[in-house]
Amino acid sequence: MNRFAYVEARLSSNETFVSRDSRVKIFDGDQKTDFEEGEVVLTTHRLFWGRPGEIARAAVTLCLPLSYVISLGEETTASNFFGRKTRIILHLRPPGPDKMPGPLDTSRATHIKLSGKNGLSMEFHSALRETLNARIWEISLTSETIIKGVDRSPTSDPVNDRLARIQKRTGIGGIERHLEAKAKATDENIALAFQDLSVLMTMAKDMVGLSKTISGRIREQKGEISDDETVRFKSYLMSLGIDDPVTRDNFTSNSAYFSSLAQQICQMLIDPIEEHGGMMSLADVYCRVNRARGLELLSPEDLLHACEQLRGPIRLRSFPSGARVLQLESHDDDLIAIDTLEKVQAAESLAVEELAKQLGISLLLAKERLLVTERLGKVCRDESIEGLRFYPNLLLQRD
Amino acid sequence: MTEFQWPWEYTFPPFFTLQPHEETRQQQLKVWTDLFLKYLKHTNKFSLSINEQSLPLFHNESIQRRLSPELILVILEQLQRSGHATALDKRRQEWQVYWYTLEAYGNMVYDWIQETGQTNSICTLYEIASGESTTQMDFHGVDESVLLNALRLLEEKGRCELIEIDGSHGVKFF
Repeated sequence: MNRFAYVEARLSSNETFVSRDSRVKIFDGDQKTDFEEGEVVLTTHRLFWGRPGEIARAAVTLCLPLSYVISLGEETTASNFFGRKTRIILHLRPPGPDKMPGPLDTSRATHIKLSGKNGLSMEFHSALRETLNARIWEISLTSETIIKGVDRSPTSDPVNDRLARIQKRTGIGGIERHLEAKAKATDENIALAFQDLSVLMTMAKDMVGLSKTISGRIREQKGEISDDETVRFKSYLMSLGIDDPVTRDNFTSNSAYFSSLAQQICQMLIDPIEEHGGMMSLADVYCRVNRARGLELLSPEDLLHACEQLRGPIRLRSFPSGARVLQLESHDDDLIAIDTLEKVQAAESLAVEELAKQLGISLLLAKERLLVTERLGKVCRDESIEGLRFYPNLLLQRD
Repeated sequence: MTEFQWPWEYTFPPFFTLQPHEETRQQQLKVWTDLFLKYLKHTNKFSLSINEQSLPLFHNESIQRRLSPELILVILEQLQRSGHATALDKRRQEWQVYWYTLEAYGNMVYDWIQETGQTNSICTLYEIASGESTTQMDFHGVDESVLLNALRLLEEKGRCELIEIDGSHGVKFF
Protein backbone atom coordinates (compact mmCIF):
# COMPACT_ATOMS: atom_id res chain seq x y z
CA MET A 1 0.00 0.00 0.00
CA ASN A 2 2.93 2.31 0.62
CA ARG A 3 3.78 2.12 -3.08
CA PHE A 4 0.81 4.30 -3.89
CA ALA A 5 1.42 8.01 -4.37
CA TYR A 6 -0.92 11.00 -4.58
CA VAL A 7 -0.91 12.10 -8.16
CA GLU A 8 -3.24 14.12 -10.35
CA ALA A 9 -5.26 11.80 -12.55
CA ARG A 10 -3.96 13.02 -15.87
CA LEU A 11 -2.39 11.00 -18.65
CA SER A 12 1.19 11.86 -19.35
CA SER A 13 2.55 11.87 -22.89
CA ASN A 14 2.55 8.47 -24.64
CA GLU A 15 0.35 7.04 -21.89
CA THR A 16 -3.03 5.74 -22.94
CA PHE A 17 -6.19 4.58 -21.22
CA VAL A 18 -6.65 0.77 -21.12
CA SER A 19 -9.53 -0.25 -18.93
CA ARG A 20 -11.66 0.73 -15.95
CA ASP A 21 -13.74 -0.88 -13.28
CA SER A 22 -15.92 0.55 -10.53
CA ARG A 23 -16.75 -0.16 -6.88
CA VAL A 24 -13.27 -1.46 -6.18
CA LYS A 25 -11.74 -1.91 -2.73
CA ILE A 26 -8.02 -1.98 -1.98
CA PHE A 27 -6.44 -4.35 0.54
CA ASP A 28 -3.06 -3.57 2.06
CA GLY A 29 -1.64 -7.05 2.17
CA ASP A 30 -4.51 -9.04 3.62
CA GLN A 31 -5.91 -6.09 5.56
CA LYS A 32 -8.90 -4.02 4.62
CA THR A 33 -8.39 -0.29 4.12
CA ASP A 34 -10.66 2.72 3.94
CA PHE A 35 -10.25 2.83 0.21
CA GLU A 36 -13.53 1.27 -0.69
CA GLU A 37 -16.18 1.70 -3.37
CA GLY A 38 -13.79 3.49 -5.65
CA GLU A 39 -13.09 3.57 -9.32
CA VAL A 40 -9.94 2.10 -10.84
CA VAL A 41 -8.51 3.16 -14.13
CA LEU A 42 -5.77 1.24 -15.83
CA THR A 43 -3.44 2.99 -18.24
CA THR A 44 -0.47 1.64 -20.09
CA HIS A 45 1.82 2.96 -17.33
CA ARG A 46 -0.15 3.30 -14.13
CA LEU A 47 -3.07 2.18 -12.06
CA PHE A 48 -5.29 4.94 -10.58
CA TRP A 49 -7.80 4.62 -7.75
CA GLY A 50 -10.19 7.42 -6.93
CA ARG A 51 -13.53 8.08 -5.23
CA PRO A 52 -16.37 8.02 -7.78
CA GLY A 53 -16.03 11.00 -10.10
CA GLU A 54 -12.59 12.04 -8.89
CA ILE A 55 -10.74 10.53 -11.80
CA ALA A 56 -13.12 12.09 -14.29
CA ARG A 57 -12.43 15.52 -12.70
CA ALA A 58 -8.69 14.81 -12.87
CA ALA A 59 -8.47 15.38 -9.13
CA VAL A 60 -5.61 14.11 -6.99
CA THR A 61 -6.03 10.36 -6.64
CA LEU A 62 -4.05 7.32 -5.60
CA CYS A 63 -1.67 6.11 -8.24
CA LEU A 64 0.49 3.02 -8.57
CA PRO A 65 3.11 2.91 -11.33
CA LEU A 66 2.87 -0.48 -13.00
CA SER A 67 6.64 -0.82 -12.88
CA TYR A 68 6.19 -1.76 -9.20
CA VAL A 69 4.27 -4.87 -10.10
CA ILE A 70 6.28 -8.08 -10.05
CA SER A 71 3.54 -10.50 -10.75
CA LEU A 72 -0.17 -10.94 -10.76
CA GLY A 73 -2.14 -13.49 -8.82
CA GLU A 74 -5.71 -14.14 -7.92
CA GLU A 75 -7.66 -15.65 -5.10
CA THR A 76 -11.22 -16.79 -4.98
CA THR A 77 -13.27 -16.23 -1.89
CA ALA A 78 -16.50 -17.90 -1.13
CA SER A 79 -18.95 -16.76 1.47
CA ASN A 80 -22.46 -17.81 2.27
CA PHE A 81 -23.82 -14.33 1.78
CA PHE A 82 -21.97 -12.97 -1.17
CA GLY A 83 -21.23 -16.03 -3.25
CA ARG A 84 -17.91 -16.49 -4.98
CA LYS A 85 -15.74 -13.66 -6.14
CA THR A 86 -12.24 -13.30 -7.43
CA ARG A 87 -9.70 -10.88 -6.02
CA ILE A 88 -6.64 -9.79 -7.90
CA ILE A 89 -3.34 -9.88 -5.99
CA LEU A 90 -0.54 -7.62 -7.14
CA HIS A 91 2.91 -8.53 -5.83
CA LEU A 92 4.98 -5.37 -5.60
CA ARG A 93 8.59 -4.32 -5.55
CA PRO A 94 9.80 -2.27 -2.59
CA PRO A 95 9.12 1.45 -3.01
CA GLY A 96 11.81 3.44 -4.74
CA PRO A 97 13.53 6.30 -2.92
CA ASP A 98 12.04 8.92 -5.24
CA LYS A 99 8.50 7.94 -4.47
CA MET A 100 6.03 10.79 -4.02
CA PRO A 101 4.10 10.92 -0.72
CA GLY A 102 1.15 8.58 -0.62
CA PRO A 103 -1.66 7.48 1.70
CA LEU A 104 0.64 5.21 3.73
CA ASP A 105 4.34 5.78 4.36
CA THR A 106 5.22 2.34 5.64
CA SER A 107 3.67 -1.02 5.14
CA ARG A 108 4.97 -4.48 5.84
CA ALA A 109 2.89 -6.03 3.12
CA THR A 110 4.58 -6.69 -0.20
CA HIS A 111 1.34 -7.12 -2.02
CA ILE A 112 -2.01 -5.44 -2.39
CA LYS A 113 -5.33 -6.85 -3.40
CA LEU A 114 -8.08 -5.40 -5.54
CA SER A 115 -11.57 -6.53 -4.82
CA GLY A 116 -15.07 -5.56 -5.86
CA LYS A 117 -18.54 -6.17 -4.55
CA ASN A 118 -18.88 -9.03 -7.00
CA GLY A 119 -15.21 -9.42 -7.74
CA LEU A 120 -13.50 -7.60 -10.56
CA SER A 121 -14.77 -7.87 -14.09
CA MET A 122 -13.09 -10.36 -16.37
CA GLU A 123 -12.31 -7.62 -18.89
CA PHE A 124 -10.43 -5.60 -16.35
CA HIS A 125 -8.59 -8.63 -15.13
CA SER A 126 -7.42 -9.70 -18.55
CA ALA A 127 -6.62 -6.11 -19.55
CA LEU A 128 -4.42 -5.81 -16.48
CA ARG A 129 -2.67 -9.04 -17.29
CA GLU A 130 -2.03 -8.04 -20.87
CA THR A 131 -0.82 -4.57 -19.94
CA LEU A 132 1.62 -6.02 -17.44
CA ASN A 133 2.91 -8.46 -20.03
CA ALA A 134 3.33 -5.74 -22.62
CA ARG A 135 5.52 -3.62 -20.27
CA ILE A 136 4.97 -0.48 -22.29
CA TRP A 137 6.26 1.69 -19.45
CA GLU A 138 9.67 0.07 -19.82
CA ILE A 139 10.13 1.41 -23.31
CA SER A 140 10.19 5.01 -22.17
CA LEU A 141 11.92 4.04 -18.94
CA THR A 142 14.81 2.28 -20.59
CA SER A 143 15.33 5.14 -22.97
CA GLU A 144 15.45 7.43 -19.95
CA THR A 145 17.85 5.23 -18.02
CA ILE A 146 20.14 4.97 -21.00
CA ILE A 147 20.46 8.72 -21.00
CA LYS A 148 20.84 8.77 -17.23
CA GLY A 149 23.34 5.91 -17.29
CA VAL A 150 25.46 7.77 -19.79
CA ASP A 151 25.34 10.79 -17.50
CA ARG A 152 26.21 8.88 -14.40
CA SER A 153 28.89 6.41 -15.45
CA PRO A 154 31.88 8.74 -15.37
CA THR A 155 31.01 9.95 -11.88
CA SER A 156 30.37 6.50 -10.37
CA ASP A 157 33.02 5.49 -7.84
CA PRO A 158 34.32 1.90 -7.51
CA VAL A 159 34.99 2.38 -3.76
CA ASN A 160 31.46 3.61 -3.13
CA ASP A 161 30.16 0.65 -5.07
CA ARG A 162 31.97 -1.83 -2.84
CA LEU A 163 30.85 -0.07 0.31
CA ALA A 164 27.30 -0.26 -0.84
CA ARG A 165 27.70 -3.97 -1.45
CA ILE A 166 29.07 -4.62 2.06
CA GLN A 167 26.22 -2.60 3.54
CA LYS A 168 23.75 -4.69 1.70
CA ARG A 169 24.99 -7.91 3.29
CA THR A 170 25.44 -7.00 6.92
CA GLY A 171 23.01 -6.82 9.83
CA ILE A 172 19.35 -7.64 10.21
CA GLY A 173 18.69 -5.34 7.31
CA GLY A 174 20.93 -7.57 5.22
CA ILE A 175 19.03 -10.68 6.17
CA GLU A 176 15.75 -8.99 5.47
CA ARG A 177 16.99 -7.83 2.12
CA HIS A 178 18.19 -11.34 1.39
CA LEU A 179 14.80 -12.82 2.19
CA GLU A 180 13.11 -10.19 0.13
CA ALA A 181 15.37 -10.90 -2.79
CA LYS A 182 14.60 -14.56 -2.49
CA ALA A 183 10.83 -13.97 -2.47
CA LYS A 184 11.23 -11.72 -5.45
CA ALA A 185 13.17 -14.32 -7.37
CA THR A 186 10.48 -16.92 -6.68
CA ASP A 187 7.79 -14.56 -7.86
CA GLU A 188 9.68 -13.84 -11.01
CA ASN A 189 10.19 -17.51 -11.63
CA ILE A 190 6.51 -18.14 -11.36
CA ALA A 191 5.74 -15.27 -13.66
CA LEU A 192 8.29 -16.62 -16.12
CA ALA A 193 6.88 -20.10 -15.95
CA PHE A 194 3.51 -18.83 -17.00
CA GLN A 195 5.03 -16.67 -19.65
CA ASP A 196 6.66 -19.79 -21.07
CA LEU A 197 3.35 -21.05 -22.33
CA SER A 198 2.87 -18.01 -24.48
CA VAL A 199 6.49 -18.22 -25.57
CA LEU A 200 5.84 -21.80 -26.57
CA MET A 201 2.88 -20.69 -28.63
CA THR A 202 4.96 -18.19 -30.57
CA MET A 203 7.80 -20.66 -30.87
CA ALA A 204 5.45 -23.18 -32.45
CA LYS A 205 5.01 -20.90 -35.42
CA ASP A 206 8.78 -20.67 -35.85
CA MET A 207 9.12 -24.42 -35.57
CA VAL A 208 6.56 -24.93 -38.26
CA GLY A 209 8.38 -22.43 -40.44
CA LEU A 210 11.62 -24.25 -39.80
CA SER A 211 10.16 -27.58 -40.81
CA LYS A 212 8.89 -25.95 -43.97
CA THR A 213 12.28 -24.59 -44.99
CA ILE A 214 13.99 -27.89 -44.24
CA SER A 215 11.51 -29.80 -46.31
CA GLY A 216 11.93 -27.20 -49.05
CA ARG A 217 15.68 -27.65 -48.98
CA ILE A 218 15.33 -31.39 -49.18
CA ARG A 219 13.17 -31.01 -52.21
CA GLU A 220 15.91 -29.01 -53.92
CA GLN A 221 18.56 -31.55 -53.10
CA LYS A 222 16.59 -34.42 -54.47
CA GLY A 223 19.57 -35.71 -56.40
CA GLU A 224 21.74 -36.37 -53.36
CA ILE A 225 19.24 -38.06 -51.08
CA SER A 226 17.12 -40.91 -52.26
CA ASP A 227 13.42 -40.26 -52.78
CA ASP A 228 12.54 -42.79 -50.17
CA GLU A 229 14.51 -40.98 -47.48
CA THR A 230 13.07 -37.65 -48.49
CA VAL A 231 9.59 -38.96 -48.10
CA ARG A 232 10.34 -40.48 -44.74
CA PHE A 233 11.97 -37.33 -43.41
CA LYS A 234 9.10 -35.27 -44.65
CA SER A 235 6.66 -37.51 -42.88
CA TYR A 236 8.57 -36.96 -39.67
CA LEU A 237 8.30 -33.23 -40.12
CA MET A 238 4.63 -33.43 -40.95
CA SER A 239 3.99 -35.41 -37.82
CA LEU A 240 5.18 -32.38 -35.88
CA GLY A 241 2.15 -30.50 -37.05
CA ILE A 242 0.38 -29.32 -40.10
CA ASP A 243 1.98 -26.50 -42.07
CA ASP A 244 -0.29 -23.65 -41.25
CA PRO A 245 -3.11 -24.29 -38.82
CA VAL A 246 -6.25 -22.34 -39.62
CA THR A 247 -7.01 -20.20 -36.59
CA ARG A 248 -10.00 -18.10 -35.76
CA ASP A 249 -7.87 -14.96 -35.49
CA ASN A 250 -7.24 -14.95 -39.22
CA PHE A 251 -10.90 -14.68 -40.08
CA THR A 252 -13.49 -12.04 -39.53
CA SER A 253 -16.57 -14.15 -40.13
CA ASN A 254 -17.40 -17.49 -38.62
CA SER A 255 -18.56 -19.03 -41.85
CA ALA A 256 -15.29 -18.25 -43.62
CA TYR A 257 -13.40 -19.68 -40.69
CA PHE A 258 -15.42 -22.86 -40.61
CA SER A 259 -15.32 -23.43 -44.33
CA SER A 260 -11.56 -23.11 -44.54
CA LEU A 261 -11.23 -25.20 -41.43
CA ALA A 262 -13.40 -27.78 -43.15
CA GLN A 263 -11.11 -27.69 -46.15
CA GLN A 264 -8.11 -28.32 -43.99
CA ILE A 265 -9.76 -31.16 -42.12
CA CYS A 266 -10.68 -32.69 -45.43
CA GLN A 267 -7.12 -32.55 -46.74
CA MET A 268 -5.75 -33.90 -43.53
CA LEU A 269 -8.10 -36.79 -43.01
CA ILE A 270 -8.74 -38.10 -46.47
CA ASP A 271 -5.88 -40.59 -46.31
CA PRO A 272 -6.44 -41.80 -42.75
CA ILE A 273 -10.15 -42.25 -43.41
CA GLU A 274 -9.42 -44.30 -46.49
CA GLU A 275 -7.08 -46.45 -44.47
CA HIS A 276 -9.75 -46.97 -41.85
CA GLY A 277 -12.20 -48.33 -44.35
CA GLY A 278 -13.99 -45.14 -45.29
CA MET A 279 -15.40 -44.03 -41.94
CA MET A 280 -14.09 -42.32 -38.84
CA SER A 281 -15.97 -41.45 -35.70
CA LEU A 282 -16.04 -37.81 -34.63
CA ALA A 283 -14.12 -38.63 -31.47
CA ASP A 284 -11.28 -40.04 -33.54
CA VAL A 285 -11.46 -37.06 -35.86
CA TYR A 286 -11.21 -34.70 -32.91
CA CYS A 287 -8.13 -36.44 -31.53
CA ARG A 288 -6.39 -36.62 -34.88
CA VAL A 289 -7.07 -33.03 -35.85
CA ASN A 290 -5.88 -31.65 -32.55
CA ARG A 291 -2.87 -33.93 -32.53
CA ALA A 292 -1.90 -32.58 -35.91
CA ARG A 293 -2.53 -28.96 -34.99
CA GLY A 294 -0.26 -29.22 -32.01
CA LEU A 295 -0.94 -26.06 -30.07
CA GLU A 296 -3.69 -24.27 -31.95
CA LEU A 297 -6.27 -26.58 -30.44
CA LEU A 298 -9.81 -26.69 -31.71
CA SER A 299 -12.87 -26.87 -29.51
CA PRO A 300 -15.27 -29.75 -30.14
CA GLU A 301 -17.96 -27.25 -31.17
CA ASP A 302 -15.74 -25.58 -33.74
CA LEU A 303 -14.79 -28.95 -35.13
CA LEU A 304 -18.40 -30.02 -35.40
CA HIS A 305 -19.36 -26.78 -37.17
CA ALA A 306 -16.48 -27.22 -39.55
CA CYS A 307 -17.47 -30.82 -40.22
CA GLU A 308 -21.00 -29.69 -40.99
CA GLN A 309 -19.50 -27.47 -43.68
CA LEU A 310 -17.69 -30.34 -45.36
CA ARG A 311 -18.63 -30.47 -49.04
CA GLY A 312 -16.31 -32.74 -50.83
CA PRO A 313 -14.89 -36.17 -50.80
CA ILE A 314 -15.68 -36.40 -47.09
CA ARG A 315 -19.04 -35.80 -45.50
CA LEU A 316 -20.47 -35.72 -42.01
CA ARG A 317 -23.02 -38.44 -41.57
CA SER A 318 -25.46 -39.09 -38.74
CA PHE A 319 -26.65 -42.62 -38.20
CA PRO A 320 -30.16 -43.35 -36.98
CA SER A 321 -28.59 -44.32 -33.67
CA GLY A 322 -27.28 -40.75 -33.31
CA ALA A 323 -23.65 -41.64 -33.88
CA ARG A 324 -21.88 -39.21 -36.17
CA VAL A 325 -18.97 -40.02 -38.40
CA LEU A 326 -16.99 -38.57 -41.24
CA GLN A 327 -17.41 -40.74 -44.27
CA LEU A 328 -15.92 -40.81 -47.73
CA GLU A 329 -18.52 -39.85 -50.28
CA SER A 330 -17.42 -42.63 -52.58
CA HIS A 331 -18.00 -45.04 -49.75
CA ASP A 332 -21.74 -45.53 -49.73
CA ASP A 333 -23.93 -47.94 -47.83
CA ASP A 334 -24.10 -50.50 -50.61
CA LEU A 335 -20.34 -50.85 -50.62
CA ILE A 336 -20.22 -51.11 -46.84
CA ALA A 337 -22.95 -53.71 -46.90
CA ILE A 338 -21.22 -55.84 -49.53
CA ASP A 339 -17.94 -55.60 -47.71
CA THR A 340 -19.45 -56.38 -44.31
CA LEU A 341 -21.48 -59.26 -45.70
CA GLU A 342 -18.29 -60.81 -47.04
CA LYS A 343 -16.76 -60.63 -43.60
CA VAL A 344 -19.84 -62.13 -41.98
CA GLN A 345 -20.03 -64.90 -44.55
CA ALA A 346 -16.39 -65.75 -44.11
CA ALA A 347 -16.86 -66.09 -40.37
CA GLU A 348 -20.34 -67.66 -40.60
CA SER A 349 -21.49 -65.24 -37.90
CA LEU A 350 -19.97 -62.14 -36.34
CA ALA A 351 -20.42 -60.17 -33.16
CA VAL A 352 -19.79 -56.43 -33.16
CA GLU A 353 -16.53 -56.72 -31.27
CA GLU A 354 -15.25 -59.41 -33.62
CA LEU A 355 -15.80 -57.21 -36.65
CA ALA A 356 -14.20 -54.25 -34.87
CA LYS A 357 -11.13 -56.37 -34.19
CA GLN A 358 -10.95 -57.68 -37.73
CA LEU A 359 -11.15 -54.26 -39.35
CA GLY A 360 -9.25 -52.38 -36.69
CA ILE A 361 -12.08 -49.91 -36.15
CA SER A 362 -14.01 -48.77 -33.11
CA LEU A 363 -16.93 -50.75 -31.72
CA LEU A 364 -19.24 -47.90 -32.58
CA LEU A 365 -18.27 -47.96 -36.23
CA ALA A 366 -18.37 -51.74 -36.41
CA LYS A 367 -21.90 -51.71 -35.03
CA GLU A 368 -22.99 -49.03 -37.50
CA ARG A 369 -21.55 -51.07 -40.34
CA LEU A 370 -23.50 -54.13 -39.29
CA LEU A 371 -26.68 -52.11 -38.81
CA VAL A 372 -26.33 -50.57 -42.26
CA THR A 373 -25.90 -54.03 -43.71
CA GLU A 374 -28.91 -55.23 -41.75
CA ARG A 375 -31.00 -52.30 -42.99
CA LEU A 376 -30.22 -53.41 -46.53
CA GLY A 377 -31.40 -56.90 -45.64
CA LYS A 378 -28.06 -58.57 -46.14
CA VAL A 379 -27.56 -59.85 -42.62
CA CYS A 380 -29.91 -60.74 -39.81
CA ARG A 381 -29.49 -60.64 -36.08
CA ASP A 382 -29.46 -63.18 -33.33
CA GLU A 383 -30.05 -61.83 -29.84
CA SER A 384 -29.42 -64.32 -27.09
CA ILE A 385 -27.90 -64.46 -23.64
CA GLU A 386 -24.52 -64.62 -25.38
CA GLY A 387 -25.12 -61.21 -26.89
CA LEU A 388 -25.85 -59.83 -30.31
CA ARG A 389 -24.52 -61.67 -33.35
CA PHE A 390 -25.09 -61.17 -37.02
CA TYR A 391 -25.60 -63.95 -39.58
CA PRO A 392 -25.89 -63.82 -43.35
CA ASN A 393 -29.54 -63.26 -44.09
CA LEU A 394 -30.41 -66.82 -45.06
CA LEU A 395 -34.04 -66.16 -44.16
CA LEU A 396 -34.38 -64.10 -47.32
CA GLN A 397 -31.72 -65.57 -49.54
CA ARG A 398 -32.13 -69.28 -49.12
CA ASP A 399 -35.40 -69.58 -51.01
CA MET B 1 -46.35 -91.21 -35.44
CA THR B 2 -43.48 -90.14 -37.70
CA GLU B 3 -40.78 -87.78 -36.52
CA PHE B 4 -41.65 -84.15 -37.12
CA GLN B 5 -39.65 -82.60 -39.95
CA TRP B 6 -38.29 -79.29 -38.72
CA PRO B 7 -37.53 -76.70 -41.38
CA TRP B 8 -33.85 -75.69 -41.78
CA GLU B 9 -34.63 -72.32 -40.15
CA TYR B 10 -35.22 -74.13 -36.88
CA THR B 11 -31.45 -74.56 -36.49
CA PHE B 12 -30.62 -71.02 -37.66
CA PRO B 13 -30.16 -68.87 -34.54
CA PRO B 14 -31.44 -65.55 -36.00
CA PHE B 15 -34.75 -67.31 -36.66
CA PHE B 16 -35.46 -66.97 -32.94
CA THR B 17 -34.96 -63.18 -32.87
CA LEU B 18 -37.57 -60.90 -34.35
CA GLN B 19 -35.82 -59.22 -37.26
CA PRO B 20 -36.03 -55.44 -37.60
CA HIS B 21 -35.63 -55.49 -41.37
CA GLU B 22 -39.17 -55.34 -42.76
CA GLU B 23 -38.87 -57.83 -45.60
CA THR B 24 -36.85 -60.27 -43.54
CA ARG B 25 -39.38 -60.06 -40.71
CA GLN B 26 -42.30 -60.81 -43.04
CA GLN B 27 -40.48 -63.85 -44.35
CA GLN B 28 -39.51 -64.92 -40.85
CA LEU B 29 -43.07 -64.65 -39.57
CA LYS B 30 -44.39 -66.52 -42.58
CA VAL B 31 -42.07 -69.43 -41.87
CA TRP B 32 -42.98 -69.33 -38.19
CA THR B 33 -46.73 -69.32 -38.78
CA ASP B 34 -46.38 -72.25 -41.18
CA LEU B 35 -44.24 -74.05 -38.66
CA PHE B 36 -46.76 -73.44 -35.86
CA LEU B 37 -49.62 -74.86 -37.92
CA LYS B 38 -47.62 -77.82 -39.20
CA TYR B 39 -46.36 -78.66 -35.78
CA LEU B 40 -49.79 -78.47 -34.18
CA LYS B 41 -51.29 -80.52 -36.95
CA HIS B 42 -48.56 -83.08 -36.55
CA THR B 43 -49.10 -83.36 -32.81
CA ASN B 44 -52.87 -82.98 -33.26
CA LYS B 45 -53.04 -80.09 -30.83
CA PHE B 46 -55.48 -77.26 -31.05
CA SER B 47 -54.38 -75.09 -28.18
CA LEU B 48 -51.17 -73.37 -27.19
CA SER B 49 -50.10 -71.60 -24.06
CA ILE B 50 -47.39 -68.97 -24.32
CA ASN B 51 -45.97 -70.23 -21.03
CA GLU B 52 -45.25 -73.72 -22.35
CA GLN B 53 -41.53 -73.12 -22.17
CA SER B 54 -40.48 -76.70 -22.76
CA LEU B 55 -42.43 -77.16 -25.96
CA PRO B 56 -39.90 -78.00 -28.73
CA LEU B 57 -41.74 -75.53 -30.93
CA PHE B 58 -40.63 -72.70 -28.65
CA HIS B 59 -37.28 -74.08 -27.69
CA ASN B 60 -34.52 -75.60 -29.79
CA GLU B 61 -32.27 -77.25 -27.29
CA SER B 62 -29.53 -78.18 -29.76
CA ILE B 63 -28.70 -74.53 -30.52
CA GLN B 64 -29.89 -73.16 -27.17
CA ARG B 65 -32.35 -70.72 -28.59
CA ARG B 66 -35.89 -70.14 -27.47
CA LEU B 67 -38.70 -67.92 -28.62
CA SER B 68 -39.37 -65.02 -26.31
CA PRO B 69 -42.99 -64.76 -25.08
CA GLU B 70 -43.23 -61.48 -27.01
CA LEU B 71 -42.25 -63.12 -30.25
CA ILE B 72 -44.67 -66.01 -29.66
CA LEU B 73 -47.40 -63.44 -29.20
CA VAL B 74 -46.41 -61.70 -32.44
CA ILE B 75 -46.60 -65.01 -34.30
CA LEU B 76 -49.97 -65.90 -32.76
CA GLU B 77 -51.35 -62.50 -33.62
CA GLN B 78 -50.19 -63.03 -37.17
CA LEU B 79 -52.07 -66.35 -37.15
CA GLN B 80 -55.11 -64.59 -35.75
CA ARG B 81 -55.06 -62.16 -38.65
CA SER B 82 -55.18 -65.02 -41.15
CA GLY B 83 -58.02 -66.66 -39.19
CA HIS B 84 -56.01 -69.53 -37.76
CA ALA B 85 -55.97 -68.60 -34.10
CA THR B 86 -58.06 -67.00 -31.36
CA ALA B 87 -57.01 -65.82 -27.94
CA LEU B 88 -58.89 -67.66 -25.21
CA ASP B 89 -58.21 -65.28 -22.32
CA LYS B 90 -57.94 -61.56 -21.90
CA ARG B 91 -54.22 -61.65 -21.13
CA ARG B 92 -53.70 -63.41 -24.44
CA GLN B 93 -51.73 -66.23 -22.86
CA GLU B 94 -53.93 -69.15 -23.94
CA TRP B 95 -54.64 -69.60 -27.62
CA GLN B 96 -56.70 -71.81 -29.82
CA VAL B 97 -54.89 -72.55 -33.06
CA TYR B 98 -56.29 -74.56 -35.99
CA TRP B 99 -54.97 -75.85 -39.24
CA TYR B 100 -57.93 -74.69 -41.31
CA THR B 101 -59.78 -71.49 -40.68
CA LEU B 102 -63.11 -71.76 -38.89
CA GLU B 103 -64.91 -70.89 -42.07
CA ALA B 104 -63.09 -73.64 -43.98
CA TYR B 105 -63.97 -76.15 -41.26
CA GLY B 106 -67.60 -75.07 -41.39
CA ASN B 107 -67.76 -75.39 -45.16
CA MET B 108 -66.05 -78.80 -45.10
CA VAL B 109 -68.54 -80.13 -42.55
CA TYR B 110 -71.48 -78.66 -44.43
CA ASP B 111 -70.30 -80.14 -47.75
CA TRP B 112 -69.89 -83.52 -46.08
CA ILE B 113 -73.37 -83.35 -44.59
CA GLN B 114 -74.85 -82.52 -47.96
CA GLU B 115 -72.90 -85.23 -49.73
CA THR B 116 -74.01 -87.85 -47.25
CA GLY B 117 -77.58 -86.58 -47.26
CA GLN B 118 -77.78 -85.81 -43.57
CA THR B 119 -79.51 -82.45 -43.91
CA ASN B 120 -82.38 -81.96 -41.48
CA SER B 121 -81.12 -84.71 -39.21
CA ILE B 122 -79.35 -84.17 -35.94
CA CYS B 123 -75.71 -85.13 -35.33
CA THR B 124 -73.60 -84.88 -32.22
CA LEU B 125 -70.29 -83.04 -32.38
CA TYR B 126 -68.51 -86.24 -31.43
CA GLU B 127 -69.93 -87.94 -34.50
CA ILE B 128 -68.55 -85.24 -36.74
CA ALA B 129 -65.14 -84.90 -35.13
CA SER B 130 -64.38 -88.46 -34.16
CA GLY B 131 -67.04 -90.63 -35.76
CA GLU B 132 -66.10 -93.65 -37.87
CA SER B 133 -67.77 -92.20 -40.94
CA THR B 134 -65.50 -89.13 -41.05
CA THR B 135 -62.08 -90.80 -40.80
CA GLN B 136 -61.33 -89.94 -44.42
CA MET B 137 -62.29 -86.28 -43.98
CA ASP B 138 -59.87 -83.41 -43.35
CA PHE B 139 -61.82 -82.29 -40.34
CA HIS B 140 -61.59 -85.66 -38.65
CA GLY B 141 -59.99 -85.38 -35.22
CA VAL B 142 -60.77 -81.68 -34.86
CA ASP B 143 -61.04 -80.39 -31.34
CA GLU B 144 -64.68 -80.21 -30.33
CA SER B 145 -64.42 -76.66 -29.07
CA VAL B 146 -62.93 -75.62 -32.41
CA LEU B 147 -65.68 -77.44 -34.23
CA LEU B 148 -68.23 -75.73 -32.03
CA ASN B 149 -66.83 -72.33 -33.00
CA ALA B 150 -66.89 -73.30 -36.66
CA LEU B 151 -70.50 -74.45 -36.40
CA ARG B 152 -71.50 -71.25 -34.63
CA LEU B 153 -70.21 -69.43 -37.67
CA LEU B 154 -72.37 -71.64 -39.88
CA GLU B 155 -75.31 -70.99 -37.59
CA GLU B 156 -74.92 -67.26 -38.15
CA LYS B 157 -75.24 -67.91 -41.87
CA GLY B 158 -78.42 -69.85 -41.22
CA ARG B 159 -77.16 -73.21 -42.40
CA CYS B 160 -77.51 -75.11 -39.18
CA GLU B 161 -78.81 -74.86 -35.65
CA LEU B 162 -76.96 -75.81 -32.51
CA ILE B 163 -78.86 -77.65 -29.84
CA GLU B 164 -77.61 -78.12 -26.32
CA ILE B 165 -78.47 -81.44 -24.74
CA ASP B 166 -77.27 -82.27 -21.23
CA GLY B 167 -74.19 -80.07 -21.52
CA SER B 168 -73.11 -81.57 -24.83
CA HIS B 169 -73.97 -80.17 -28.22
CA GLY B 170 -75.89 -81.46 -31.10
CA VAL B 171 -76.39 -79.85 -34.46
CA LYS B 172 -79.09 -79.86 -37.09
CA PHE B 173 -78.19 -78.87 -40.62
CA PHE B 174 -80.56 -77.29 -43.09
